[in-house]
Formats: sequence, structure tokens, C-alpha cells
Amino acid sequence: MSTHEIENLPIAKALNAAMDDALAADPTVLMMGEDIGTLGGVFRVTQGLKETYGADRVMDTPLGEAGIVGTAIGLAMRGYRPVCEIQFDGFVYPSFNQITSQLAKIHFRSDGRISLPVVIRIPYGGNIGSIEHHSESPEALFAHTAGLRVMTPSNAQDAYSMLREAIASSDPVIFLEPKRRYWLKGEVDRSASTTDTQRAQVVREGQDLTLAAYGALVPVALAAAEAAQEDGRSVEVVDLRSISPLDVATVEASVSRTGRLVVTHEAPTFGGMGGELAAEIGTRCFYRLEAPVIRVGGYHMPYPVAAVEEDYLPNIDRLLEAIDRSLSH
Amino acid sequence: MAEQPETQHPGAGAGRLRRVSILGEDGRRGSDPDFDAYLEDVTLEDLKASYRSMLTVRRFDDEVTALQRQGKLALWAPARGQEAAQVGAALAMLPQDQVFPSYREHALAYERGVDLKEMLSVFRGYSGGGWDPTAHNFHLYTFVLAAQIPQAVGYAMGQRLDARLGLGQDPAEGSEPPATIVCFGDGSSTQGEAHESMVFAASYDAPVLFFVQNNQWAISVPFSTQSRLPLAERAAGYGFEGIRVDGNDLLAVRAVTAYALEKIRRGEGPVLIEAETYRLGAHTTADDPTKYRTREEEDGWAAKDPLVRLERHLRAEEVEDAFFEAASEAAQEYGREVRDAVLAMEPPEFAEYFDTVYAEANTLVEQDRAWFQQYEAGFDDAAQEDPR
Ligand SMILES: Cc1ncc(C[n+]2csc(CCOP(=O)(O)OP(=O)(O)O)c2C)c(N)n1
Ligand SMILES: [Mg+2]
Repeated sequence: MSTHEIENLPIAKALNAAMDDALAADPTVLMMGEDIGTLGGVFRVTQGLKETYGADRVMDTPLGEAGIVGTAIGLAMRGYRPVCEIQFDGFVYPSFNQITSQLAKIHFRSDGRISLPVVIRIPYGGNIGSIEHHSESPEALFAHTAGLRVMTPSNAQDAYSMLREAIASSDPVIFLEPKRRYWLKGEVDRSASTTDTQRAQVVREGQDLTLAAYGALVPVALAAAEAAQEDGRSVEVVDLRSISPLDVATVEASVSRTGRLVVTHEAPTFGGMGGELAAEIGTRCFYRLEAPVIRVGGYHMPYPVAAVEEDYLPNIDRLLEAIDRSLSH
Repeated sequence: MAEQPETQHPGAGAGRLRRVSILGEDGRRGSDPDFDAYLEDVTLEDLKASYRSMLTVRRFDDEVTALQRQGKLALWAPARGQEAAQVGAALAMLPQDQVFPSYREHALAYERGVDLKEMLSVFRGYSGGGWDPTAHNFHLYTFVLAAQIPQAVGYAMGQRLDARLGLGQDPAEGSEPPATIVCFGDGSSTQGEAHESMVFAASYDAPVLFFVQNNQWAISVPFSTQSRLPLAERAAGYGFEGIRVDGNDLLAVRAVTAYALEKIRRGEGPVLIEAETYRLGAHTTADDPTKYRTREEEDGWAAKDPLVRLERHLRAEEVEDAFFEAASEAAQEYGREVRDAVLAMEPPEFAEYFDTVYAEANTLVEQDRAWFQQYEAGFDDAAQEDPR
């Protein structure tokens, strides 16, 4: 486990490395979830951890999400730092009560006497051709809940650094893993000091328009920016990274230069993070905006069947159409 | 469903757990071959102390109900009738044990050393939690029914892990391994989280005692709607021991709790105790029990009042009037203190609440705080400009 070299890792392995290093560094760090031990998780993200750290610290729990999160809260009260895995996005709802009415509020209602350093890892998002409940994007539900942090990496380095930071955080973190990108490789420096993951990151510079994305759509946004470049349009891409708190200031600085914003996510447009960003940018950049903020999200329907998910999801063409629309103002 | 007599259910009669009972309704002390041993060191002085606690909390409850009626508190949920179950259980606990109450455990809180006056800040709307949950190993009340149960199981899993991983134990914990006690009601037993909790507790041999106060009602819904069988019998389905006890019998509750905690401390996993009792008062000050239960039923249970029963016993043991008079006077005095404390409470400042949303600095909260402060400051400026 040499930590001073650059490794080329897929996101899944970067996450695994983050958990491995956190388990090694702190004996109170625990992993818990369905099938995460012997099997290494249905996506193999926790592979090998049980062998190294034992069944007491890498727990194959009984099958109950409310039980997993509820017991994680109790373990945190006892001084542990549990990292829970929810097997798929659509299966987090049985634990919704424990997350929103308990985990998010106990620090507040105990007047700050109880901190709950609990991480809830959720593989999320679509385009994996799966059956229902395996492709959802529930981030806005959690972002709307005060007391939770919500974050999502888009590349291997962030996957490593952000998960380390999530585990080190004294506050509960909903950690959304873009499952269709689990095998996307990138350079990872495990010694890199933790970045400030409450901050968004400009991942491509441009002058004509700002395109904000997060998670699995960051590579799509970058590809759209590349395609727009061929038409002579210079698009700046911002990876939001932190969903709550949302780093509006970085987007504001970008839009102050470009005057235009397109924001995209897989989750339904209505009530989503795009609306939140649009409202904030509409207020802060009112006199600098050349066009209304455009949202490109999922439609207002339950996530559809795999055969038509391409039509549901934001893709390069939908982003280029939105870029056109913005620049036509 | 509520109308059906419980015996109609097929199989319900078979294998019923017996109900442990030691102190009879007439106050006469019986014996129980399995549990007498757990009462050997209980002295008359101990029983008098328990009586004083129960009477004090009864008086507290009445005073707080009056305060609510006078508009000083938003709501109150009296524990009247359940004092023996709570005090009896508390007597078997050690300081290092962790308690997760539901929201009606006032007598248990009192026994654990929680300042009940602090508790009232919650019901006055002046505090979210009330007391320091870390000071007495008594967690905050939880108002989302059953949500505390998996948390308690997790806490107990942590107590067991501490030993397995050799992590530093709290020096206050002494030599006896700590246990966790979680309280909930008959209605709450139906929640999915209660069920999942029992599975988790069994799987991890968690040192946890599920302490159910079956007070026969969940607001207006009778116990027969929650379960065909005594709740203690559910424990067998999860693979651990369940015990039914007369919850209005201080001695029996103390004995079975001592037995259960001893077993739990030995590492034999969870136990469930169902203390059969009755909520003599309304569900809360917002409730009207005449809508769902009969006077006859209430009178029947009033005759089993745990405080009356203990008094009968003490009198049979020739405890003198002077003791009862002094206990009553002390309880009255406590009631007055409670009243004064509630009336003297100072409301918190709204701005303080930005401090505790998160443990770490959070830009979203800081943005809201800055906005609020600026908004407030605007009123100061306006007041300076226009001194009317
Ligand atoms: C999840 C949830 N559902 C409903 C309520 C409203 N409620 C408060 S107390 C109560 C009845 C609880 O009955 P029980 O568990 O038997 O406890 P008891 O009040 O008898 O002490 C209900 C329905 C709640 N607080 N939480
Ligand atoms: Mg009840």
C-alpha cells in the first residue's frame, strides 16, 4: 500500500483504495452493508477489505436498509465511523426515515453534543441497462435535508479524495457513486492532501457558456464541450462535486465571465439541483446573464425501462441543443 | 379486529409464556422460583426509596399536566401508571449501561439522574433535546416511533465491538461489561424498524435489552390490533429469550430486568421484556380517552395502580405514617420546584440554531446565517433612523 506514487485506477478501485486506507488509518472506521464482505459488494467496490480487516470491521449485515443506517447511527454514537453501502439507489428508501429524521437531525437536536460521522455510499444513476429501481438519482431528496452533506465524484482522483474526506467528516455524508463510471480510469495520487470538496471545480475552461454537471454526466458535458468547440463555441465545464452545500460561488465566477449557464443532471428536472442553481445564479448574476439559465435533466416520470433510457437521459445532443438555445439569445 | 377476543386466534393459546409476578395487587409479596434470587439483596430501605421516586415522578407528572393546561407547555405525555415498570427496570441497570428511551420514560429518566426540569424545556418549545444525553447514558427522547430501536442495537453492537477490537473502554465502565436498554411501546412494536432491530441484535449477539411497556393502548388503538400474541413471545421467533412480567409490580420488573441484564452481560445476546402495564392518564394532554375506552376498564386498572400496590406492601411491612407524610411533602416540594423552573425558563435565541446544523463549517449554513444577521441588523438601523 505505497502511497507516494501515481496509480492509474478505475473509480471503483479508487473508492476501494480510499476505504482500505481509511480502515488502515483509523481502527474505528467500519464498513457495513449487504454482500460487501465475502462477495466484495455487487460492484466489487469493497473487494478484499473483509479479508484484510476481518468480519468485525467489514460487516455483511442482515438485509434491511433501515437496520443498516439505524445501527450505523448507534455505532457512531458509540465512537465508530461507519461507512454504509446501500446496494442500489432505488433501495435507499427503506432507510429514508433513519437518514432524514434521525441521522440528519441528531447533532442539531442534541445541541451539538452528538456528532454522527456516518457515510452512506450509494451507487446511483442510469444508463446501465438494468431493470427498475437500479438507475435512480435521489440526490435532491437528500440535499433538501439540512444536516446532511451530499457529494458525488466524477473521476478517480476525486473518488479517492472525496471518500477519504467523507469518512473523515464529523457530519453525515451521502456519498453518491456514479455507477456507470465505476470502470472509468484516471490517475490517483493517494498521498494528495484532501481537496476542499465543498468546492466545485472548473474542469474545462471556456469563454462563451458555462456548463455545470456532476457525477456521471461530467464526461458527457466534457464531450459536449468538445463537440461545441468544433462549431467554434468555447464552453466552460464546471464539476459541482458537492451537491450540499452547493458551491454557487464557483459557478457565479464562471457565469460572470460567460454570461450563460446550462446545468444538467439525470434526476428529474422539476425540483432538482438544476432549479436550485438556476435560482441562485438568476439572483447573483441577474445583470450579467445574456440568456435564461437552461436545465437539462430527466423528464418528470419514474425512471423508464432500459430500452428507452437513452431518450430519458441527458446526452451530448441534448446538451448541444441547450447550448444552441442559450447562445441564440 | 379490535372487537375480537384475543383467544379466537388459532394457536394463540398454546405455549403462552407465563407472566412473572411477585408483588400481588393486595401488596402481599409472593415468590417466584426463577427470579427470587434476583431480589435477595433488596432491603426495605430500597423499597422505600423506590416509593419516593415513584411518588415524586407521579407528582411531577400531575404538576406538568397542570402547567400544560395553563398554556406553559406545548404538550405533555404523562407516564402515570407506568412508574413501577420504569423504576423497577432502572434499579437493575448499571451506570455504564446506555438507555435509549422512547418519549414517556420520565420515571426512568429521573432514576438515571436526568434533571426533569431540563426535560420540560423540550415540551415548552425551548430546546430540541433538553438534557445532555452523554451525561447520564440516557439518550434523548425520540418522537419518531421506533426510530431509536436500531440505534440502540447499533450502540450495543459498538459495546461488543469495543471488547472484540480491544478499543479503549470508558474508564467509568468498570469491570462489568456495559449493556444497552431500549424502551418502546406496544404500538411501536409494529414498526418495521423494531423488527429489523431484533434481527440485527440476534445476528450480532448485541448486548441489548428490548424493554417494551405494553400499556394496552397506542393512542386510541388497542393492543389487540398490534398483536395476536403477547409481544414477549415474538422474541422466540428471533431466537432469543422473551419475558412477560407484571409491569405494575416493582419487584417482578426489577428481578426480571436484573436476570436479563446478567445474561446479556455474559455475552448471550439480546433479551426482550414485555412489561404489562396501563397508561392511567390520557395519551397526551391533547387526547380524550373517553372516545375509545370505557370507564370500567380504567377503574379496573386503577385498582392495580403500581404506587398504591407498593404503598400497601410498605404498610404491611409496618412502615409508619411519618414516612408517607414526608414522602408526600417532598414530592409536593418537588412539584413546586418544577413549576418555578418552568416559569423561569428563558427562550433561546434563534441565531444560536445556525451553530448546530452541522458539526463542521458549512458554507450553506454560513450563507443563511449571514443573511439573517444582515436582515436583523436592518431593524437596528431602521430604529436608529426613526427613534419612535
Ligand atoms: C412514526 C410515528 N408514527 C406516528 C406517530 C404519532 N404517535 C405518537 S405516540 C403514538 C402511539 C404510540 O403508542 P405506543 O408505542 O404504544 O406508546 P405509548 O404512547 O402507549 O407510550 C402515535 C401513533 C409518531 N410519533 N411516530
Ligand atoms: Mg402503548
